[in-house]
Parts: sequence; C-alpha cells; structure tokens
Amino acid sequence: MPYISHTDQQRAQMLAEIGLKPEDLFSDIPPSLRCRPLNLPEGLSEQEVRSRLAAIASKNYIHLTCFLGGGFYDHFIPAAVYALTSRSEFYTAYTPYQPEVSQGTLQAIYEFQSVICRLTEMEASNASLYDGGTALYEAMMMALRLTRRNKVLVDDSVNPIYRVMLHSYTRNLKIELTETENAGGLANREAIRRALDEQTAAVIVQNPNFFGCIDDFTDLAEAAHSKGALLIVSCYPISLGILKAPGAMGADIVTGEGQSLGLPMSFGGPYLGFMATRKEYVRQMPGRIVGQTTDAQGRRGFVLTLQAREQHIRRDKATSNICSNEALCALTALVYLCLLGKEGLRETAQLCADKASYAYQRLTAIPGVRPHFPAQWFFNEMVLDLPCEAAEAAAKLIERGYAAGFPLSRYYKGMNNSLLIAVTEKRTKQEIGMLAEELEAIL
Amino acid sequence: MKLVFEKSAAGRRGLRIPKSDVPTSIHLKKEYLRAQPAALPELSELDVVRHFTELSRRNYGVDTNFYPLGSCTMKYNPKVCERIASYPGFAHLHPLLPQLRGGGMLTQGALEVLYETDLMLREICGMAAFTMQPMAGAHGELTGIMMMAAYHRDRGNHKTTVLVPDSAHGTNPASAAIAGYTVKTVPSDEHGCMSLSALKAMLNEETAGIMLTCPNTLGLFNPHVKEICELVHSVDGLAYYDGANLNAIVGKVRPGDLGFDIVHVNLHKTFATPHGGGGPGAGPVGVVEKLVDYLPVSVVVKREDGTYALEYNRPKSIGYIAPFYGNFGVILRAYVYLLMLGREGLERVAENAVLNANYIKEKLKPYYDLPHPGICKHECVLSAARQVKESGTYALDIAKALIDAGFHPPTMYFPTIVKESLMIEPTECESRETLDAFIEAMIAIAQKARTEPETLKAAPVTTPVGRLDETKAARELNIACL
Ligand SMILES: Cc1ncc(COP(=O)(O)O)c(C=O)c1O
Repeated sequence: MPYISHTDQQRAQMLAEIGLKPEDLFSDIPPSLRCRPLNLPEGLSEQEVRSRLAAIASKNYIHLTCFLGGGFYDHFIPAAVYALTSRSEFYTAYTPYQPEVSQGTLQAIYEFQSVICRLTEMEASNASLYDGGTALYEAMMMALRLTRRNKVLVDDSVNPIYRVMLHSYTRNLKIELTETENAGGLANREAIRRALDEQTAAVIVQNPNFFGCIDDFTDLAEAAHSKGALLIVSCYPISLGILKAPGAMGADIVTGEGQSLGLPMSFGGPYLGFMATRKEYVRQMPGRIVGQTTDAQGRRGFVLTLQAREQHIRRDKATSNICSNEALCALTALVYLCLLGKEGLRETAQLCADKASYAYQRLTAIPGVRPHFPAQWFFNEMVLDLPCEAAEAAAKLIERGYAAGFPLSRYYKGMNNSLLIAVTEKRTKQEIGMLAEELEAIL
Repeated sequence: MKLVFEKSAAGRRGLRIPKSDVPTSIHLKKEYLRAQPAALPELSELDVVRHFTELSRRNYGVDTNFYPLGSCTMKYNPKVCERIASYPGFAHLHPLLPQLRGGGMLTQGALEVLYETDLMLREICGMAAFTMQPMAGAHGELTGIMMMAAYHRDRGNHKTTVLVPDSAHGTNPASAAIAGYTVKTVPSDEHGCMSLSALKAMLNEETAGIMLTCPNTLGLFNPHVKEICELVHSVDGLAYYDGANLNAIVGKVRPGDLGFDIVHVNLHKTFATPHGGGGPGAGPVGVVEKLVDYLPVSVVVKREDGTYALEYNRPKSIGYIAPFYGNFGVILRAYVYLLMLGREGLERVAENAVLNANYIKEKLKPYYDLPHPGICKHECVLSAARQVKESGTYALDIAKALIDAGFHPPTMYFPTIVKESLMIEPTECESRETLDAFIEAMIAIAQKARTEPETLKAAPVTTPVGRLDETKAARELNIACL
C-alpha cells in the first residue's frame, strides 16, 4: 500500500499490545453511520500515474506566445528560485508554531515582510494572504474596522475580478460599496471627491490600473485623509522596480498579487496576496506576522507575534479568519527578489516598459488600431481599440499561435473592440513584430 | 545568522537581465517614477543559494522526522505530486485562457483535473457538488457560511446566529463572524462531545446553522452527530462539516450520510499536499443538492460531447470568492494522490491513522493524564496536568524537550478545553519504529519531569536558538528590516 509502512504482522502486533481487535478501532462509530464501500477506481502505480498525467497535461496548450495579463503575467523565473523553494525542509513544514525548529521559515517571512515594505515604501507587512483579491478584501475590512465607518469607494479601473470579489464578500454585511467610473482611464477624481463623506472608510484604487495606465494618487490620499478615510492601493510588484511606490503617494494600506515575483501561472494558483500598511495600523492587520526577538543568550531569533489579533486566540473577534496562508509562495517571491536584487528588478521593470512601448508603436501603426486612452501613460499593458470585435480578433489570433490579450467586453460595457495587451520582459522584438503582422493580417 | 540584507554589497548582481532588443521607450513622466530603486539586497547567485540553503537547515519538515502536530495531519507529501505539478502543461497555463473565445479547448487538461477531483471528493464526502476555489480550510468555511446566508436569504429566513462547540478551531467562529453572524458557543459534555441538552436549549428560529468537526478536536467521534444535524435541520438551520479531521474517517464515514449540508476538506491535510511552512493549501467546499445553485462561479461542467467548460451564468451563485479556479497546483497534487491511493488505499489511510493514534495513546497512558479515555480517532489529546502539579513541568516544557529528542512537538494548548493539552496526531504514514522512538522519548521526558525537571526548562539546547522571548517580540515590535 502506498505511503503506509506497517506490515500486516506489525499491525497485528501493535493491536495485540494495546489489547484491541481490528474492529475495535471504529467501534465508537454507530454501524448505521458507516458508509458503503466508496466507488473509486483502483490505485495506480507511480509509473501509471505519471503517464496518465502527462497525457492530461498535453491537453493544455501552452505554446501560444503570451500577451495575456490582466494582473497575471508571464515573467521569467530564474532556475535558482525553484531549486531553493523545492527544498523539502521548507515545503514539508507546517506554520511555524515551534520557533526553535522553524527559524528557516520565520526568518524568511521576516525578510519577505521587509522586502514588501521596501518595495511599497510602507512600514509593516504580514506573512502573506491567499491572493491579490482576498488581500484587497482584507484591506477593505481592515479600513472599516480602523475607521468604524461603513462606506467604501472603489474605482472601476481596479481589476474587475477583484471588484466582483469585494461585492460577493460584502453581500451579508452592512456595508455600502460604491463604484466610481474611471475618467479617461484613470481613477475618477471628481466622482470620488463628490462621494467621499464622513461615513467613507476607504477609497480603493490600483496602480498601474486594470487598463495598464499609470496614476499618481497623492491627491487622492489627501482627499481621503481630509475626510478621515483611508487610501487603499492595489499594485503590481514588478512595476515598483521603476514606478513611484504607493507609500510615497500617502497610501494607508497597500495590497497586491505577488504571482509576478517568481511564481508560475499554474492556471490561477497557488498565488500570493501581500499587504503592507503604516506601523500604527498593524494591530488591525490580518494574518500571521513575524517579529524579531532574542533568546536567553541574546541570540537573534524570529517568532510569530501579535497573535492576539488572530482567530486561534480571539476567535469571533479576530481581525480575520485566515489561518493557512501562502507562505511557500512568499518564500518564492523573496528568493526571486533577492536574485534580481536592486538593479535587476529595476532593469526588469524597465524592459517590460520598453517592450510594451515598442509593442504600442508597432500595433498602433496598423491601420484602424488606436489606443483607447491616448492621453495616458502606461507601464507594460495597454488597451487598444481594433476596427472589429476584440473577442473575435483574439480568437483568430489564437489559431495563429498568439494569446494576443484580454478582450474587455467581458467586464466593461461599450468596450467591445478593446483588447488589453500585456508585454513582459520575456517577449522578444521578433515576437512583438510577428504579433503586429498577424493582427494586421486578420483585420 | 545574518539577514539577507546584511549580506548585501553595493553593485553585486545575482542575475543577468537580457539586453534590450527594442529601442528605449519614451521616458515615463518623472512624477510617476520612484526616486530611487527599491532597496533590495544585492547578492550573487551563490550568496542567495547559500543563504536559503542555510535557512532551510534551520527548519524541520515531515521529511526531517516525525511531525505529530495535532489537527494538522502532517503526513508524507509524495514526491510524484511535486513532479507532476511542475509539468509545463500545468505550470505554464495562463488562467485567463479559458475566458477567451475558443480558449476553453486549450485548457481541457486542467479543467479535467478540476472536474475529476470534484467527482472524487463528492464520492468521498457524500456531497452533490464541490467548488474547488477556496484557498484554505478557513477560506472554505467563509465560502460555506456565505452559501448558508444565501440559502436563508432565498427562503426569507431571518437568521442571526451560528453555533460552534467550545472545542472548535478558532477559524470556525472567526469565519461565521466575518460573514456577518453572531457566534454562540455550545459547551461539551463530560465525554468531550457536544452536549445535546445544551444544544437543544440554544437552538431556535434564529439559528442559521452549526459548524462541527467530526471527529472533534479531541479526536472523539460524537455518536450523536446525526441527531445534531437533524436537530439543526428542525429549525431550518444548516449543518457545516469542518473537514480538517477527515483523515480519521475517510472511506469509513461520509459527512453527507451523517446529515451535513456543507463540507470543506483541507487538501493540505487529508490529501497529502505539502503545507509549505504555512501554505498554500486548498479548501474545496462540497454541498448537498439544495445548495448547489449557491456555489461560487465559475463551475466546471462536463458537456455531452465529453469536453469540459466553465459555467458563469448562475443567478443564485454567491459570486466570486477567488479570482479563478482555486489553488490549481494544490488541487492537482491532491488529484494525483487520490489516483495513486484508489479506493482501497484510501480506506487503509483511516485504519492506520487511527491505529497509530490509539497505539500512542495506550502506550503513554500510564505516564500522562488522558482526560478522555476510550477509543480515539486519528489523534489523541494528553494533558500535562500531572507534571505541572508534581514538578511544575508544563506542556510547553515537554514540547521543547521533544525537540531535543529529535521530534517535532505535538500541538500544545489546543483544544483549550483540556488543560495543558498535548494533541498528538501521528498519521498513517509513520512506521512502528518511529512511533516507538517517539513513545520512548515521551516516557523519558515524563521520568525527567520527576527526577530533573530543571533540564526540561532549559530545553531545547540542540537548536540554533533557544526559547525566544515572545513578550519582547510584541513589545519592541520589529517586523521588518527597513
Ligand atoms: C479543526 C480545524 N479547522 C479549520 C482549520 C483551518 O484550516 P486552514 O489552516 O486550512 O485555513 C484547521 C487548521 O489547522 C483545523 O485544524
């Protein structure tokens, strides 16, 4: 039997030693509650399961040249990332409840919290949340607690998937979640200022936003603060290699999806939610937090700290219900950022921006292809309007080997011809040129 | 050991970034740029490799040795699951692909994995359908309670409270509370199970539902569990099954047959996916027929022609609880595990997990208090109350002494209804030799508690650091190197 080491003889011996018969082990369960034999297939050998799964994997087509983004990107992953994170001392450990035997995980999380703070220019961060969407939800809940208010404003330039998640999660709560409609591709200042009042807990925006446009929220932070509300910024960590950090804009809570930091796309997960905030708000932060301390001999060590916020202590009064998080993904992001380093991240971000800018020039040179938000600056993703339905064009380009982008009609009314195109450092000049040629050919 | 930042040297590089093959872009507007690059450490690749290799050596995993952390089911994580999760056909698949016209046909393999895992979990739990989206057990709980709320809203019920036993894991009350419910705690009886009379007294028209772990966190199977579900149903409440302890009964009992309406399973427990030092996990949620319409979108369906598709148009759905289809890489590992075990293998899981727990319990019974004697399921809860009284040796001291003996300690001080609790969950994977070595170590510690308790207070001495000052950590808060 796989993964069980007892022989029949050992089992019989063990039972005899503790004075039990085999049937005693489940004698506490009334027979009427026992189930019929499960209708499941016979077990497979490793050899069989690997060939079966290789066949299933081959039904996924991964050879499209990828210009799909929407918050989830095809970035390069150095070999050392997997080599290190696949060390089983890391991945077969549980949450570090016993610090003396978990210094590896604990120090790594402390370092992860530190790099997230350095990237976002914030003061405090946690050990991770499930993903960028649930991180944004947690940030919203945190702002509601901090302000003891009940209104939240979110601009529709925030990832639409995250926005629908916010709506789902607040369905049973007494919270007024209002969306403002972006103004020409940026967060709608006028609408937000108009809606901001003494009951507003938070304003939620994103940079670069879902359209790829770059914004500076310094003015919005001031507007929010003047009404006692908080500014929550969702961000794309690779962009922080060159873009102004949310902390420098006056953000109060920063969240984001960390997939771009060394995690494979893996059909949507596991990914990595991160969160950073001001030091004074740390007691309302959800999730595990690692802190530095010392042992009796004065040696530095790390422990889970401020646990009085958490479900295992505070139960129904906890700041969140989160228990398991995405620790291994946080380790992955940390290793990735350490390999790239200060200059490497800057160069990677610059490459993304340069290649996107080149793609913009090539694609907008095609007759009939125009930028949807011509006045805005973008990082590595852009909305282009095609002279036809974008979903149709994307479908045709798939047949030619390109995941050309994400048609926005799925989430935005009146944007039937708009395609959201992402370019990472992995895309070559040649691939971009080929995309332009193929797009021109199908129009 | 130094922090990675303390190893940094200005100008050192770990990775060469390719030269740009495109003309440099028009420079972005200055006010959009950061003044200086983020202060990431500057290291060579070897520096990074040495740093994290050294960190890994300061960690203890299932692969290191016995990890009897109660309630966490730290079973062996098969290597084949890791290998398959790294197949490019899975690892490189963009989650938005199936949302493109014609893209669904390019992700048939991934959709098949999700669908087939769902089918197997239905059979194992006796549920009508699963959502694979929740990213951990607690996320599953929240998703389940949101469906509970949708059900009551639909029926025009005005329900305000969710009941949880006093032995419940903290996530249960926390999940119910953040979903908008008031939480009421039902006490346990002298046998360690939920008190039926207390439950009856607390049940009323306002009860939205109950959340139960079965066997509970004492490792005890409540023989009245079906009656509890029926009582809750009698006020049109729903019964939620926290599947964290499913390993005890998998293949033997199905939560659906007991009367539960909503079930979450922790794939990172019963289904052998690694816990990653805290995550990622996955907490798929199953529901009975009457709740299927409330499942989050999207739902994977199999069409008549045998192909798989994602369904979004489900008007009664609670909506989106995750951006995509869940922690796919974790679900994939669990699928591989299920295929390898098959029906018979799965039954052997519970049998051996329960044997191992009872073996430890009986062998340690003479040396430690056992507040709830009798057959336990996959874990047993001992108490160090005797050691505290005799020599001032606490559960904490015993746990730390176990570290010096080469073992990961059990869960301590949970469940809170047992004083000085040590919750031991051996799992089915461990050999008799390992169990005997652990038992021997526990007996030796019990003896030391009598003869030289001060040595236990000093433990652990074999680790890179000794006991750490947690008060200082909280008081002189240092949670980032800035
Ligand atoms: C009984 C019980 N319920 C719920 C949970 C929460 O599960 P997760 O950590 O996957 O969120 C746990 C985890 O330890 C548990 O033991």
